[in-house]
Order: sequence, then structure tokens, then C-alpha cells
Amino acid sequence: MTAFIFRRLLSAIPVLIIVSLVTFMIMWLVPGDVSAEIAGTDATPEDLAAIRERLGLDRPIWERALAWYAALAKGDLGYSYLLNRSVADAVLERLPVTLSLAGLALVLATVMGVLLGIFAAIRHNTIFDQGAMVTALLGLSIPDFWFGIVLIIFFGVWLGWLPTGGFVPFSEDPAGWLRSMILPAFTLAVTQMGVIARMTRSAMLDVLNQDYIRTARAKGMTSGTVIFVHALRNAMIPIVTVVGVLTGVLLSGAVVIEMVYSLPGVGRLIVGAIQRRDFPIIQGGLLITACVFVFVNILVDIIYVWIDPRVRDEG
Amino acid sequence: MKAEADIADLSITEQAAAARRRRRVEFVKRLYGHRSFLVGSVILALFTLTAIFAGVLAPYGPTDINYRFILYPPSAEHWLGTDGFGRDILSRIVYGTRVSLRIGLMTVLFTGILGTLLGTLASYVNWLDGLIMRGLDGLMAFPGVLLAIALAAALGPSEINAVIALTVTFTPRTARIVRASVLVVKKMQFVEAAHAIGAGHGRIVFRYILANALSPLIVQLTFVFAVSIIAEAILSFLGVGPPPPAPSLGNIIADGRSYIQEAWWIAVFPGLVIMIGVLGLNLMGDGLRDVLDPRQRASLERG
Repeated sequence: MTAFIFRRLLSAIPVLIIVSLVTFMIMWLVPGDVSAEIAGTDATPEDLAAIRERLGLDRPIWERALAWYAALAKGDLGYSYLLNRSVADAVLERLPVTLSLAGLALVLATVMGVLLGIFAAIRHNTIFDQGAMVTALLGLSIPDFWFGIVLIIFFGVWLGWLPTGGFVPFSEDPAGWLRSMILPAFTLAVTQMGVIARMTRSAMLDVLNQDYIRTARAKGMTSGTVIFVHALRNAMIPIVTVVGVLTGVLLSGAVVIEMVYSLPGVGRLIVGAIQRRDFPIIQGGLLITACVFVFVNILVDIIYVWIDPRVRDEG
Repeated sequence: MKAEADIADLSITEQAAAARRRRRVEFVKRLYGHRSFLVGSVILALFTLTAIFAGVLAPYGPTDINYRFILYPPSAEHWLGTDGFGRDILSRIVYGTRVSLRIGLMTVLFTGILGTLLGTLASYVNWLDGLIMRGLDGLMAFPGVLLAIALAAALGPSEINAVIALTVTFTPRTARIVRASVLVVKKMQFVEAAHAIGAGHGRIVFRYILANALSPLIVQLTFVFAVSIIAEAILSFLGVGPPPPAPSLGNIIADGRSYIQEAWWIAVFPGLVIMIGVLGLNLMGDGLRDVLDPRQRASLERG
């Protein structure tokens, strides 16, 4: 197991190097830079040139890249051009928002998806099954950012039950935090619920046809025990796999949802930095996001090995 | 009896051609017997017809400004209402389907070509495999939309740049799927047989391997089509897609974002249209997967 984890961690290194190379390529493509934003509207060309020289923007991209890697080797991600703080601080400050949004959405999507899938499986080939599967497919087809706006209009503007955007930190007011997070998390969850529901349904159908389920029923067990204890437990492995894949999808979906609901997460930080050409934030932000992404994948692999005794006992 | 005798008279190649024709007819029959494929293709056909006949269907020009009808709610003159410039939402949506379809189709085309090329190279040329796959892993480590947003912003807001950004974002997964299915087909006996009768690499790759590895690719591309329609809307929504006043569905939603308090119809209707179009493509994808390759079911949503 340790060797397995070590191998997976090692294999992440080339991936992260490619991530940073691609980011440099993107920055090399970007027209314009941050100097005009810093200097303001009535800056002279000399002012702009001075700012570029101070930030090193006049040097060729490969020189800047080498300097960046050298700093990275010392654990330094650089300093934002505009935010007046280090890249590491800016990103780490916002990471909890993104992670809690994705986490809450994952819980919601899993609960809704598994229940919907089980419901469809035990009512197999009835109108309920079809209804559940159409719901799942609709969830898959909804543009999430638009669904967010619709929910804001409905719950925020018309009913006035929930805020139309903005964020309340958990440490200040847990109830307010939940109120500010519930719509974004639900929005994100609905689009992924469908995937889990479909996987749960097919995994449950496979299991429900097995002999031991018939035995359990024949022994006179209640339907609930059979479904939740015997069947669901054995249908878990494909469900866990798909939930694992979704964790990455949710992290990426969080970017757009943060924009819609004005949540101060990493996605909004990076998109803002792209628009304002704040290169250190783009570079550091994308690298840290990719790190989270890669480590989540490794974690999923580990859970997967741990949950499936057939794989676990072999290795 | 007569028919059988006729078949016996045909040469072997003619028999093979007849069998192929029969299989093709049967395939099309099965596809249209599949309910979700049928419903999906009707939706896609309506979507396409709307885009083609936008000029006839739209009651107004998509960028016609009318200051007498600003933020006008849905009514007899403006079925889906008007926006902050008095532009007719229905007309903008009808023209918007053109942008969505164009970007979706071009993304599918380029993703298909690039994905097939990279996937085949990786699985067929041993020393390239590691290089290509690590590169694709790196691209996949970006949260999907962020890569597209960053690329589209870097290249500048335009339709073709949106296509490039989406192609780069969706190619890695497509290439992986092609690689996986080519690896399976490559080991099959008929490929060995082709080698044995002296077929060249080009002929083996195109005639034998790709032709038999196509199914997962086609299913994947249907989903890429669906996802890229949503992704185009996201890019437009964030201001890095086709620039306004072009009536892209994402642009209309972005306009509507500023008017959620007083004019819900601007944001709501274009999103509904996206959802219906994407639903159609997803239904088609499901149908294709069931008919082409029932075993693929499990790995569906990775696209």
C-alpha cells in the first residue's frame, strides 16, 4: 500500500511540470500586460516601461520562466502584481471557499443521486424508473451557470428566502454561511446528480439480480434491509469510482459557480487575474489548483483500493 | 431457393459487400428503433433547422435596437420579451443557435481529428506513447473550464478562438479513448492476418484498426458536442467567447445577469434552449452507445 501511494505521488511530478509549462505558454500568448492597470489612465509610455522593467515583464518569457522555477524550488510562488500580497497567501485564503463549495456539492450530489438511482432500480421498468432517469438526464443537460441564475431569480428575487450572492465566512456566522452556500452547492450538485443516479441504478440492477439477494428476501428480511445493507453495499464500488471522477469535475465546475454567486473562491481569483493580466496569480493559482486536482485523484485511487477487498488483499 | 442460388453465384467480394450493406441497413434500423436516439435526433433536427432558417423564423433582426420597447416583458409583439436595448429576445435566441451549432460542430470536428491522430500515434508508435500520454495528463490536470477560459482569454474573444480553446480542452480525453480502443483492436486476429498478407501500415491503421475502433469515438464526440455547447455559453458568459453584440446564447444570458431583478426573461429563455439542445445530444449519445457498444455503458460520463 505504501509503495502504491509513493508511486502515485511520484507520477504526479511530470504532470505538474507540464501544467506549469502550459501556463507559461498561455501567458506568452496573452496580449498586453498589467502595466496599464497599475499605472492608471494618465500614465506616460515611460511610466509603463518603468513598471514593466520593475516587474521583469520586459525580459523574454524563458528567462521569466527560469526565474519562476528557481523561486518555486525554494517554495516561493511569487507576489501578486495587483493584490498586494503573496500568491500563496491569496490562493490559500480562498481555497477553503472552493473546497467547501465542492465538498458540500459532492455530498448533496451523492445523496440525491444514490437515492434517485436506488428508487429507479427498485421500480425497474416502470413509469417511476423512467421519470427518475429523465430527471437524471435533465440534470446532465443543464448549463450549471444558467441554472444558478434561475435559482437566484426564484429563491433570491421572487421568494426572497436566500441571498442573491455574496459570501459569509463560517467562522463569523455558520447559519449565514449555510445560507450563502446552499444555492451554489445545490446548483453544482444537480448537474452531477444525474451521473451518480445512472451509475447507481445500473450497479443496483446488477446486484439485485444476484442469488444472495433472493436468499436474503427468502429468509424474510425486510425490503429496506435487503436494499440498503445487502444490495447497496455490493453496488458501492462502481458508485465510489464515479463519485471519485466527479470530485475533479466538481472542482472545475466550482469555478463558474463562484462567478455566478460572487463567492470569493480560487476560481474567481484566477478568472479575475486572467482578465487583469496578473501573471503570478494565474501561474500560482493554476499550479495549486492542479495540485489539489491530482491529489484528489490519488486519494480516490487509495479509497478505491481500500474499499474493494479483491484489490486490497492482492496488493 | 432462387435467391440463395443467386448469392452463391456472386464472387466472395460481392458477397462481403452485400453483407456489409445488410449490416448497415440493420444498424440504421436498430438505431431508429431506439427511443432515446429517435427523440434526441428529432430535437437536434429542430435545433439545426432553427439555425438554418434563422433569417425566416426570427421576427426581428438579432441586433435591432428599439428604445420604445426596453425591458419589455413577454407579449404578443415580443414573445420572449426584450432586453436593455429593446432587442427582441426570441430573435436573438434564434440567431444564437447558429453560433452554438457552429462552435459545437467545429469543436467536434477538430477534437475528432486531433484526438484520433494523437490516440492512434500513442497506441501505434511505442516511443511516442509515454510522451503523448504524459502531455495529455498534464492538460487534463487543469480543471476543464479554467483551461478553456485561460486559453480563450489569451487568444482574444472570438468564435474561432473559442473553438481552439475548447478543442485543446476536450482533445486529451478523446485521444485517451481512441488510444484505448486501438490498443484492443490492434491485438485482434484480423489485424495479424492483414500483416501476414503484407498490408502496409497505412492500410492497416485506416482500413482495419480505425474502422473497428470508431464506435467509442463516435459516442464520445456526441458528448463533446453537448459539452461544448454548454462550454461556449460559459465562455460567452465570462466575456471571453464571441464578443457582443453577437447573439450567442451565452451572451444573452450574460446580458440577463444584470437584469435579474426586473427582467427575468432575458436570462431564462436562452438557457432553456441550451438545455433542450444539449438534452437532444445526450439522448442521441445514449442511443448510439447502447446500439454501438453496450459494454461502454460504464465509462459514459467521463467525457
